[in-house]
Amino acid sequence: MIVVIDYKAGNLYNVGNALKYLQADFIFSGDPAVVSQANKVILPGVGSAGAAMESLAEQGLVEVLQRLQVPFLGICLGLQLLFEVSEEDNTPCLGLLPGTVHKFDTSQVKVPHIGWNQVRQLGESCQSASILFKDIPGQSFFYFIHSYFAPAANEVTAAVTQYGDCFASVVTKENFWGVQFHPERSGEIGLRVLNNFLEVR
Amino acid sequence: MLAKRIIPCLDVAGGRVVKGIHFVDLKDAGDPVELGYRYYREGADELVFLDITATVEERKTVVNWVRRVADSIFIPFTVGGGISTIEQVQELLRAGADKVSINSAAVRHPDLLRESALAFGSQCIVLAVDAKRTNNGWRVFINGGRVETDRDALKWIRLGEELGAGEILLTSMDRDGTQNGYDLELLQTVSGSTRIPLIASGGAGCPQHLLEGLEAGGADAVLAASIFHYDRYSIAHVKEYLARNGVVVRR
Repeated sequence: MIVVIDYKAGNLYNVGNALKYLQADFIFSGDPAVVSQANKVILPGVGSAGAAMESLAEQGLVEVLQRLQVPFLGICLGLQLLFEVSEEDNTPCLGLLPGTVHKFDTSQVKVPHIGWNQVRQLGESCQSASILFKDIPGQSFFYFIHSYFAPAANEVTAAVTQYGDCFASVVTKENFWGVQFHPERSGEIGLRVLNNFLEVR
Repeated sequence: MLAKRIIPCLDVAGGRVVKGIHFVDLKDAGDPVELGYRYYREGADELVFLDITATVEERKTVVNWVRRVADSIFIPFTVGGGISTIEQVQELLRAGADKVSINSAAVRHPDLLRESALAFGSQCIVLAVDAKRTNNGWRVFINGGRVETDRDALKWIRLGEELGAGEILLTSMDRDGTQNGYDLELLQTVSGSTRIPLIASGGAGCPQHLLEGLEAGGADAVLAASIFHYDRYSIAHVKEYLARNGVVVRR
């Protein structure tokens, strides 16, 4: 059973639609007991880091997520929450990945970063990310909509995207994956990424 | 590279897609879910649905078709038209809309923009502005272009950005429905003085107009209706034309 974390902040509806389309066996839940029994966990994200972490804490989910041994996919804000700190509301996050999430510099680029941008996968050093990108051509376009980003220069970065400078559009460490784009809103190619995650053992 | 976005726009009234010229003379152009799905399959980057329904009774159907659209397409879509409370914003986002566009109600109650952006994030709040030329600059009109306000379009857009709008959907009322091309001067003026993405609207009649809106106008996305609805140009054709002219598009 896949659990999509319901933390009262994200737009769960469309992640659910995509999973339904892919005929995945999933439920929405914010119950720590249910989440800790999941075979896979998806943390969707729309909203702000501060509100999201507060919700996760209130629901008793922070430690459950930090101890997860099963495949985990964080989407958009769900990627950002994996890091130590987000500059958004100066929020301490889950701390599963090293580093700080920053805001785009409005003097350099328009903020939010909205639209379809290319994802460039980094070399063989990221074997585990290649599972997620099976049958996805290099430099494919995915749909982004965000104002904060994880820096590219980090050992957990598996793919980068250029907007002003490069940022980390895919991160991975052990059983944790994060994608800054919205696979559920990125057409056929996004559905393929989700499907690859469903196939992770 | 970030691609420029091609956004078919569907005006919906009473659950049917219509397209008017100069905001009147509505012609029936089909089912919103069917047309939305078709554009999704043909490579649209995003969709905008503007509900131009007049009656409260008909408005209740909106959530229904929004949900059906969300069930059938896997690209982002915006819903606008008649949104005047934060509860309506929430209802549409919950039904699966990725963004909502707010127009008249924001002019009447600018706090609605601020409160919506705070509650749901700037990224899902689009400020829609209908602008008409005057002797000096552009004036904001509301209520589907029927009511003139005393707001200057550029100043209003700047204020909207400050209040938390994440994107601007800018329609030239002078060009809307004419198919004579976007108001490039309006686009240049706005794109040169805002730091959030700009969607050009009103007047696209051929692929060259889209190119002009993106290049000369400096828009991040172009919205068009009739050129797609009546099968005059396919999205693939438009994107090929843009790519040939050096615009980064997703294909």
